[in-house]
Amino acid sequence: MTTGERQRTCFGLAFVSPWLLGVAVFTIYPVAASLYYSFCDYDVLSRPVWIGLLNYSDMASDRVFWQSVANTLIFNLIALPLGLVFALALALLLNQPVRARGGFRAIYYLPSLVPAVAGAMIWLWILNGRLGLLNSALGLVGIHHPPQWLADPAWTKPSLALMSLWGCGNTVVIYLAALQGVPRSLLEAAMIDGASAWDRLLNVTLPAISPVIYFNLIIGIVGGLQVFVPAFVMWGGGGPNRSVLFYALYLYQNAFEYRQMGYACAMAWMLCLLILALTWAASLSSRRLVHYQGD
Amino acid sequence: MRVPAKLFTYALLIAGAAIFITPFAWMLSTALKPLDQTLSQPPEWLARRYEAPLGGRVQEVRPGALVTEPSLWAIERGASEPVVLAEVSVRDGEWRPTTGTGVPVTVLRTLPASPSAPWREVIGLAGGTRDVVPAASISSHVALRWGNFPGAIRAMRHFPRYLANTLVLCVLNVVGTVLSSALVAYGFSRLEWRMRDPLFGLLLATMMIPFPVVMVPLFGLFRWLGWIGTLKPLWVGSFCASAFNVFLLRQFFRTIPKDLSEAARIDGCGELRIFWQIILPLCRPALVVVALFTFMGTWNDFLGPLIYLTDDRDYTLALGLRAMQTTGSGGIEWNYMMAASTLIILPVIALFFVAQRSFIEGIALTGTKA
Repeated sequence: MTTGERQRTCFGLAFVSPWLLGVAVFTIYPVAASLYYSFCDYDVLSRPVWIGLLNYSDMASDRVFWQSVANTLIFNLIALPLGLVFALALALLLNQPVRARGGFRAIYYLPSLVPAVAGAMIWLWILNGRLGLLNSALGLVGIHHPPQWLADPAWTKPSLALMSLWGCGNTVVIYLAALQGVPRSLLEAAMIDGASAWDRLLNVTLPAISPVIYFNLIIGIVGGLQVFVPAFVMWGGGGPNRSVLFYALYLYQNAFEYRQMGYACAMAWMLCLLILALTWAASLSSRRLVHYQGD
Repeated sequence: MRVPAKLFTYALLIAGAAIFITPFAWMLSTALKPLDQTLSQPPEWLARRYEAPLGGRVQEVRPGALVTEPSLWAIERGASEPVVLAEVSVRDGEWRPTTGTGVPVTVLRTLPASPSAPWREVIGLAGGTRDVVPAASISSHVALRWGNFPGAIRAMRHFPRYLANTLVLCVLNVVGTVLSSALVAYGFSRLEWRMRDPLFGLLLATMMIPFPVVMVPLFGLFRWLGWIGTLKPLWVGSFCASAFNVFLLRQFFRTIPKDLSEAARIDGCGELRIFWQIILPLCRPALVVVALFTFMGTWNDFLGPLIYLTDDRDYTLALGLRAMQTTGSGGIEWNYMMAASTLIILPVIALFFVAQRSFIEGIALTGTKA
């Protein structure tokens, strides 16, 4: 290494040193420790005791664990496609040349700013079975035995999916940005060829923004598998029949309520694998469906 | 667009906007009601104040959820002390209050219109004296209870402390994240050095690690440091740059021509000065985006404070709001709960309207460039 090179390396390392320190202390050490703890009986108060694969085999036979996996997958199967389509529909609508477009966009975006706890409180109140606004409104249109949104295990997940639609503003904005990139020339050419609005959407717009749909899908999977706050705040736990005991919630309970930190770490690593598996599956299916311009 | 299509678009947009706004409107509406009106069915949007002539004076009364028929109303005074508020006597076939004080009273239930009904049956509830007045003499008008906001602040008990904690965390996190992320992003984009690219690869890789993986060891680490129950775990890490923000800023820094730095170097300008006086001012929009998102993330954070803060006098606002669920005796006091929610949401929405452009650009950037 020449002196100049050494000096440049020193400068570079000096500039990134805050991150180097942080990544060592707050990422690399915890990741390694977490892997180690996942093979241990550990309650934070005493030293971890090596128990081999016991946490993992316990997990396999833990019915509550499998229920949390099922809850998480079912919820995402409802909320994710619904959210992606709904947000895309909103983005297409908000992309129309209308008056006060900025105002409309702001209104649809505002709910995504609401802190998760406050949002949970608002919906806890709106979805209240006896006094809630939603059921009163349903009463007005003749539905006199409306669902018990929060108390009926069959409705708790759809309720949360409904709530998540309200906060889809971020996804809408990302779609809107992508829609600006759809080649105008292609749309105009299709129009001249007599393609209907629906045909243009299917054959021009959707292929053009498919990388962004894919991006939103991946972000949705990663976030959806870790959903925690609404269920925790609204039900204080797993809800009726543990129907909203999501993976991250059960993991939290194991770590901080039951003090089974080793088990929680093992669960965290399985979550990692689950995220990897699902995003990998998504990337496989995307190969045919996602179209990259310039390829 | 053809006219019918245009009308359809507007109809959809307006209907959707109404639905999206309804939860906010309902929150505000509930926040401005007295507690008993939050329970009324069917729900009403505007809080009302009910008044009745009692003891020769017009006083506030609180109609309970049970009051439905227009007839004589039995009224319970709200005070718990055994002070005689009003006595009722029958004169000219009508119930009349004969004495009274200024304490607000609560309507318990309606009496049958027949004056022959013994009013003692109605007041067969524990304690207190009840008045009976004809429903026709009770008037009401729209009156919003702005006092619920101070009420909610009192109900949250340590609100000033929660607010102070949240603001301290916001300031520390914003300063820490912006400074350290910019510094690191500079090292990863404006300087050429060995190991830069492999290290940047490591940085990208750390973005893939879900929080639950590091959650337990971090808790153990902070416990070992004696930081559990203090604010430290919630801000110290921000001074070590966050991978996502480094990535975002690096994308920005790379767009500035190299010649600018070279010229400065030839003029004898040191790297820190180039960073501080040339690059940072040019990247102000990106720094604003990072600052905004960090502020929002800190203000809204729930899981972090939940794990690390143990004493309910040291909560943040988000935790304090959740704690309100359990502080009320019996059910949740929804008017206070919604008032407190409004107070927590308002700053974020205000910030959005002040910095709308940065917000939208920032989100679009993270979505399209990532």
